[in-house]
Amino acid sequence: MGVIKKAMTGADAAAEAMRQINPDVVAAYPITPQTPIMHRFAQFVAEGKVKTEFVTVESEHSAMSACVGAATAGGRVMTATSANGLALMFEIVYIAASNRLPIVMNVVNRALSGPINIHCDHSDSMACRDSGWIQLYSENAEEVYENNLIAIKLAERVNMPVMVCQDGFITSHSVESMRVLDDASVRRFIGQYKPKHYLLDVEHPITSGPFDFYDYYFEHKRQQIEAMTKVIPAFYEIVDELGKLMGKHYETVEEYYLADAEFVVVSLNSTAGTVKHTVDELRKQGKRVGALKIRLFRPFPREDIAKYLRGKKAVAVLDRAATFGHVAPLYHEIRSALYEFPDKPRVVSYIYGLGGRDVNLGHITKVFNELESGTAQEENYLGVRDEDEP
Amino acid sequence: MKKKSWKSIPEGGIITTPGNSLKFKTGDWKTHYPEWNKEKCIQCLRCHFLCPEGAIKVKNGKVVGIDLDYCKGCGICADECPVKAIVMKKVGENGSD
Amino acid sequence: MRMNLKQLASKEERFVSGHRLCPGCAAPIIVRLTLKAIKQAVVVATATGCLEVSSTIFPYTSWRVPWIHNAFENAAATISGVEACYRALKRQGKIRKEIKFVAFGGDGGTYDIGLQSLSGALERGHDFLYVCYDNEAYMNTGIQRSSATPMGAWTNTSQVGSAQLGKKEHMKDLTSIVAAHNIPYVAQATPANYLDLMRKVEKGVSIKGPAFINVLSPCPRGWRFPHNKTIKIAQLAVDTCFWPLYEVENGVYKINFDPGKNKKPIREWILSQGRYKHLWKNRGFIREIQEFVDRRWERLKQLSSMG
Repeated sequence: MGVIKKAMTGADAAAEAMRQINPDVVAAYPITPQTPIMHRFAQFVAEGKVKTEFVTVESEHSAMSACVGAATAGGRVMTATSANGLALMFEIVYIAASNRLPIVMNVVNRALSGPINIHCDHSDSMACRDSGWIQLYSENAEEVYENNLIAIKLAERVNMPVMVCQDGFITSHSVESMRVLDDASVRRFIGQYKPKHYLLDVEHPITSGPFDFYDYYFEHKRQQIEAMTKVIPAFYEIVDELGKLMGKHYETVEEYYLADAEFVVVSLNSTAGTVKHTVDELRKQGKRVGALKIRLFRPFPREDIAKYLRGKKAVAVLDRAATFGHVAPLYHEIRSALYEFPDKPRVVSYIYGLGGRDVNLGHITKVFNELESGTAQEENYLGVRDEDEP
Repeated sequence: MKKKSWKSIPEGGIITTPGNSLKFKTGDWKTHYPEWNKEKCIQCLRCHFLCPEGAIKVKNGKVVGIDLDYCKGCGICADECPVKAIVMKKVGENGSD
Repeated sequence: MRMNLKQLASKEERFVSGHRLCPGCAAPIIVRLTLKAIKQAVVVATATGCLEVSSTIFPYTSWRVPWIHNAFENAAATISGVEACYRALKRQGKIRKEIKFVAFGGDGGTYDIGLQSLSGALERGHDFLYVCYDNEAYMNTGIQRSSATPMGAWTNTSQVGSAQLGKKEHMKDLTSIVAAHNIPYVAQATPANYLDLMRKVEKGVSIKGPAFINVLSPCPRGWRFPHNKTIKIAQLAVDTCFWPLYEVENGVYKINFDPGKNKKPIREWILSQGRYKHLWKNRGFIREIQEFVDRRWERLKQLSSMG
């Protein structure tokens, strides 16, 4: 099998996937902590290792604008950003989705200003959860790599852009042991991109981005809603194929010791690794604990989540983002997914890690203890200073 | 044009029928219409180049008429014609041109 | 580059009737002329504005060429992406046809909100032509001032009253800003001088790299003049040197038309449009505007004499 062992950062893993995918156009603007992806990719361009037109645009808004232009023209297009870069391109992010363009973007999760903070939290990608993009979250460098490959194939299958998320600095800048496929296997896996309608097909002119009055906008949006319902079946077809190449089994979520778990912690990205490690430690003490990692966040895999969390005693949902004025986003959605089931568990919220605040074994252990003792509140916080340091 | 459902329109908001705005006749906008005097016309083609609608029809390098289905009656052609071969006339009470 | 008018007139229209632009609007004239002047296949990007909205009301489109609208401020960034994709696919041998790339933007989407994306595209050297149809205000949203609005002009956000007489600032000189990017070709034109405009478009697409043409686009609604006078107003702009016709080719300035002794006073320009009616009797203000126009014209003459 063409699986090769490597040691890479999450950023390098994204760049490596991009190199193998060999897109036609990459238009990007730097922002910490996405920069190493672009530095590595720029090196590939300079060495002639990719055929990509690398457009070093003058802002993230122009990055996504150029990506929309290039994708509508008929090319395979990728980019990367973080935090305020994603916020700056926000209106175009919606347009990319409504124009049904298969753009793949690596989002290296970083806190949205203000105050300005360059470290990890999920406020940036969470802010885009209504945009119509498919969203994949990555626990480690290997998942970043896999998610990029899945993303290209999925985007082109369902005609929808895909965001591949990873934790800023934690995953993007840490070297990990991981595995990649050989170039030929990737080329075979992703195949050729054959768009049906594209601008450079001058014999069949299209008009893209028209003006809708109130008599057509609703129909266009209804189409987008419908298109999202086709994503999960397509996702499973694609990951089954990738699974044969990587020797792994993939689902929209990853269950860890859930079969007989009473208490579960749900999380996204790298914290899932910390949670699984905590589960290992607590299991040694005979505790019936488990973890659920969400890999595909949009479309939200309601069925898989309900399947794994029904019948559990209590579930803590970890959110690395807040919704001011309401409960935290992932918690909100998990609760909603379980609402109608008579055997739904107690679900509580823990907001943690905002602006890169560290979370460790001790914190997660505390969460499991609070679940077990029933002392967990509806809304909790991990690691924020409620009192001055002595 | 009868309105279509979300199931029958192209996805992604694209329009795949170039120039189909020809189905939308803007000729009923006008209060005045251009009357072209073929004999006076020196075929300079000025009106053709300056018409915002492209309503001054040209075949084999010669003006052959004005398409009143789209002409909005702006009057630029009449104002710009060097020999006054086009004159703006008021649209009739019953809407006739 | 001799143009055969009869041939051009007989070409199939690439921008067809049925669009909803106002009667007498200069923008569709500019678009028809631009597309006529290009021999090759062309892909067009358009910024949000009068032209885009009025020509693509779903399910209708007036465009018979591949066309993309993205948002207000990014026509240049969007066409950059299209052009980059073309370069990529051409290099891979997947496309062999010669295709030209044109972006249309109003003064709103070019002078103001679109300035950054234009500057970036020019600096990166993409091979495209940007045509700005300058109607001197944000017209599509109901006549609000832009940095292209001339001093003294009324708009809905530069109103006239006892405390203020229309727009307080002089118009931005975008053509000079673009020329400062040192791109191969920059020009100013009007639809009244349609041969000149078409020649400039042909030149703009034939050079390799970015080209920019700023075209005055008189607006009967926003400037308040009868809709059959659009071309006369554009000619008046040239005759008063309010909108000189010139080119900057590889940094060399060339005035295309010098009215000389027949230069008309700016007062005629001001009297021709209702947006200036509060100034019709204001000799002091008119003198100030004349000085501004003359200063700019003298500077242009100096630059073009440097040869």
